[in-house]
Amino acid sequence: MAGSEISLKNKPEYPSKQGRGFKNIFYSQKIAPYLFVLPFIFSFAIFFAYPVYSTIVMSFQEVLPGQVTFIGFENYKNLWNPTFLKAIWNSTVYTALTLLVLIPFPLLLAVFLNSKLMIAKNLFRSITFIPALTSVVVAGIIFRLIFGSQEGALLNSIVGVFGMEPKAWLNHAGTSMFALVILATWRWMGVNLLYYLAGLQNIPKELYESAEIDGASTIQKFFYITVPLLKPIIIYVFTISIYGGYSMFAESYMLYGSNRSPNDIGLTIVGYLYRNGIEQNNLGLGSAIGITLLLITFVITIIQLKFFGMFKREDS
Amino acid sequence: MKKRNLFLVLVFVVCIVFSGCSNNKGSSNSSNNTTSVGEGTEIELWTFNELHGKYYESMVKKWNELHQDKKIKLVISVLPYDDLHNKLLVALQSGKGAPDISDIEISKFANFLKGKPQLLPLNDVVDPEKSNVVQSRLDIYSKDGKVYGIDFHVGASVIYYNKEILDKAGVNPDDIKTWEDYKKAGKQVLEKTGVPMTTLETSDQWSIWPQVAQLEGPVDFIDENGEVNLSDPQIVNVLKYEQDLINEGIAVAAPGNGHHKEEYYGFMNNGGAASVWMPMWYMGRFVDYMPDLKGKIVIKPMPAWKEGSPRSAGMGGTGTAVTNQSKHPELAKEFLAYAKLSKEGNIEIWKQLGFDPIRSDVWDSPELREANKFTEYFGDNIFDVLLEIKDEIEGVHITEKTPQISDALKTTILYRTLVEKEDPEKVLKEAEKEIK
Repeated sequence: MAGSEISLKNKPEYPSKQGRGFKNIFYSQKIAPYLFVLPFIFSFAIFFAYPVYSTIVMSFQEVLPGQVTFIGFENYKNLWNPTFLKAIWNSTVYTALTLLVLIPFPLLLAVFLNSKLMIAKNLFRSITFIPALTSVVVAGIIFRLIFGSQEGALLNSIVGVFGMEPKAWLNHAGTSMFALVILATWRWMGVNLLYYLAGLQNIPKELYESAEIDGASTIQKFFYITVPLLKPIIIYVFTISIYGGYSMFAESYMLYGSNRSPNDIGLTIVGYLYRNGIEQNNLGLGSAIGITLLLITFVITIIQLKFFGMFKREDS
Repeated sequence: MKKRNLFLVLVFVVCIVFSGCSNNKGSSNSSNNTTSVGEGTEIELWTFNELHGKYYESMVKKWNELHQDKKIKLVISVLPYDDLHNKLLVALQSGKGAPDISDIEISKFANFLKGKPQLLPLNDVVDPEKSNVVQSRLDIYSKDGKVYGIDFHVGASVIYYNKEILDKAGVNPDDIKTWEDYKKAGKQVLEKTGVPMTTLETSDQWSIWPQVAQLEGPVDFIDENGEVNLSDPQIVNVLKYEQDLINEGIAVAAPGNGHHKEEYYGFMNNGGAASVWMPMWYMGRFVDYMPDLKGKIVIKPMPAWKEGSPRSAGMGGTGTAVTNQSKHPELAKEFLAYAKLSKEGNIEIWKQLGFDPIRSDVWDSPELREANKFTEYFGDNIFDVLLEIKDEIEGVHITEKTPQISDALKTTILYRTLVEKEDPEKVLKEAEKEIK
């Protein structure tokens, strides 16, 4: 922010005569900033604000082709059922588990990859990032085959070596959540690693050098220099991981080949939205689910940012 | 300051949530094959079954020979089951992007009749043929006296026995009259051969629904007044019967959870189970996916709940509809009627797809006696079975709640009772409460 203000104050010597009105707009301190954010405002209004508004309206309606009626809070009342609670529970467990895995491990890997002692850094960086480039559809199908129930499926033949019975991995709540978390880890490890790496490279080397002179150990350097200075990045990764977790849908859809899993063990909030809104042609209820998801993530984010002291720092 | 932050966070949340959703939409857009047949007026058709697609392909060739003045270029897209129904719903809701003609599966059809149907009434082509068609197959696709879909088949459910395994166990399929007999025979098969008598679907409805619909009287998941009827004591007993079969090892949960899964085809093809009850249209799956069982399978009427009770139920179906976005609605309707309603069409449906056609006046016609790939596989007497049970084919009730019931069966009810062995009455009551 500060940087951009300075450059605006340094007015160029360009003559600001009338008649060059159009060009002048770019140099006007009052108008230019708005002009530059205009594309964002437009796309935000058209693709985000309007859909959110109409979703809120639709969540109070019964939406059928050709006839739309207001039904008050009926859609929200209908949400109070075991299947939706199960979907919230599944999404929450999934989010919690992915946070447990995808916050600390990429951080450690990033520190390793940033270390001078590491060989073939770029190779490892690419390898961890490639999964993020694959399509969820392909990844989901491959994982479905890996976790297949046949004896010949990859995972079953691996556990067979250790004398375990072949399992129907995707038929049980625990093992199917395991598959989902593995899929998420495989896909997102590289992305989070990249955020951390970018952050690590911004930490001045001098800090480490002076710590070394003071006799700090590697572990002390990690906890007293790396982690505190990476805090903003960690908060960012934490925040997007929460949304990523709660909005997960495609992974589960592809893993089961449809939105239906045995006993709904793979049903997520967005999956429930899809089932009701699209598959059962009840867009009103679907909208209510969407708004609920928005509120859940909103509340969690507020709590989380408060917990990390993000508001406090701005105030002081 | 605080307020502005709050707003920023909200904006951030909204962006992420929406970008998350939009990503997903793109990715569920999986592969589809499109083929275009013939020259002339372009008509677009969607189906979720490759075999249906091939059938339309052959019918458009015949149509173009017969109607030189009204030639059609049929563009057929075969989409995955869920994709087709979701895309079609969105296209009809938004008024853009729908094909001229589309197959819609029966458990999804009610979705398309909600509100003001975005499909065209087919009465002008259906009414003249009404007296020749099995009426219950029109009712399931009707709303307020208007017919919106034409089915391929009656879908009479039958039982397919693996004769080789039964012979080994010394069981004669003709002696199995009731489900009690079936259980006893199943025990014998299990003891003598070590192979389960049958498999039960745990993520699809074709094991439970025929057994429920064949119950005497109008009993079904939806009763005659359109009310959800899942916890009806008779339905509870059907599910208890299935659970008993599993508990005693007479039945196992179908590999891959259903009878349309690769795992199951392989299992059955290798003699994994001695029988399976499925609708008539399942013949095509035997022929195409289980080639090793050729000549070993006999088709019989399903066992009855008591002697003299109905032995079949009309199951499943695909209502083909013309959408209101069609640019050539009259031509689309005429072609649809030719392909699925005409005598020639119905005979071809049998010849190519092995479905029991909806026109009962073709059932005893000589063409249905001709040899084809189905008679080669199953023997010549396929239609004798159908004619034998002609008056015992029970109907089903379809309402707007059907998609929800079908989802509940496919996800929770069957899995909880047959795999996790929960009490059927409790599970059915819970499901009923949620759907109501």
